[in-house]
Amino acid sequence: MAAGNTYVPIATQTLGSATASVTFSSIPGTYTDLVLVASCSTDHTAATNLRYKFNGSTGSVYSGVFLTGNGSAAASTNSGGTSTLGYYGEITNSATEFGVVVASINNYSNTTTYKTTLSRANYASGLTSAVVSLAQTTAAVSSILIQFGAGNIRTGSTFSLYGIASA
Amino acid sequence: MPVLGIIASQMSGHLFAPSGAYDSIATITVGSGGTSAFNFTSIPATYTHLQLRAIVRGNRSGALDDLGIRFNGGVTNITSHTLMGNGSTVTATGSTATGFSYFTGIASASETSGVFSTFVIDILDYSNTNKYKTYRALSGYDNNGSGRVYFSSGVQLETTAINQITGVPSNTTFVEYSSFALYGIKGGN
Repeated sequence: MAAGNTYVPIATQTLGSATASVTFSSIPGTYTDLVLVASCSTDHTAATNLRYKFNGSTGSVYSGVFLTGNGSAAASTNSGGTSTLGYYGEITNSATEFGVVVASINNYSNTTTYKTTLSRANYASGLTSAVVSLAQTTAAVSSILIQFGAGNIRTGSTFSLYGIASA
Repeated sequence: MPVLGIIASQMSGHLFAPSGAYDSIATITVGSGGTSAFNFTSIPATYTHLQLRAIVRGNRSGALDDLGIRFNGGVTNITSHTLMGNGSTVTATGSTATGFSYFTGIASASETSGVFSTFVIDILDYSNTNKYKTYRALSGYDNNGSGRVYFSSGVQLETTAINQITGVPSNTTFVEYSSFALYGIKGGN
């Protein structure tokens, strides 16, 4: 039987000026999955990966696999080892054409399994991608820091976090 | 109302109230000993779309397991297509078969303990009796140097409203802590 509404907006951040990162903190553990929806771009000199970190960790525990199409070819790569930041996918550096990311972190609050993020990242002028990124940690996710691999997040970028609670 | 902190050097933020268009129908969490299948039955026809969200791991040794789904017993053909990237190459495949539609590989016993696959499947207009039943999926797993990400879609050549969804691994069982959650999405009036 249905258990009532379960897709809950937790918070939205809209940048009033360029900033290095945004953080959703004190994320309650009461949901089953999290969904991040972002419209953003970097002020770096080139398109770059939007990346994340859970719980303020400093460990090199993140990796990823990428599937991309750029209008002429499809490709797949991986991160080539672990890093201190995970991967949502490549986003444009355009000041006007922002890229979009929709990412799911399923079962984010269990303390048994590693945390895997599944995302779609696109910017229509350059690239569409699907990315799966592993965080080798069993800790429940209570905060998410988001930043670009290079450059600041541009003014007007928006980040919305949703919680999904299952029966 | 959840308590949430927002940290950014320059931003505006706000909290929302629930809007009521997305409901949890049922969740299956695999216990110790594993299970050979998940099965959602008596799915109500009162929603417009369904979404199935999961983490899953199989216990096959030495190779990936594949995960297959079918609707209402799967007595008609399912045609499916998959685009997969494994970190070095991209592969496109297609199949037509009766029974289960194997749309994604899943992490198995050969992967590091703790690594689970994750997927999100959308099944649109599932109760319409004039359309074949189509799903799309995004899925994958990563294990620091090995892993796969998949785009998939399939159609079961059957117009009957979906009231049952069954999923199986191609070999062995789903392991403990695998979890499958089915949601209903309402349309507007």
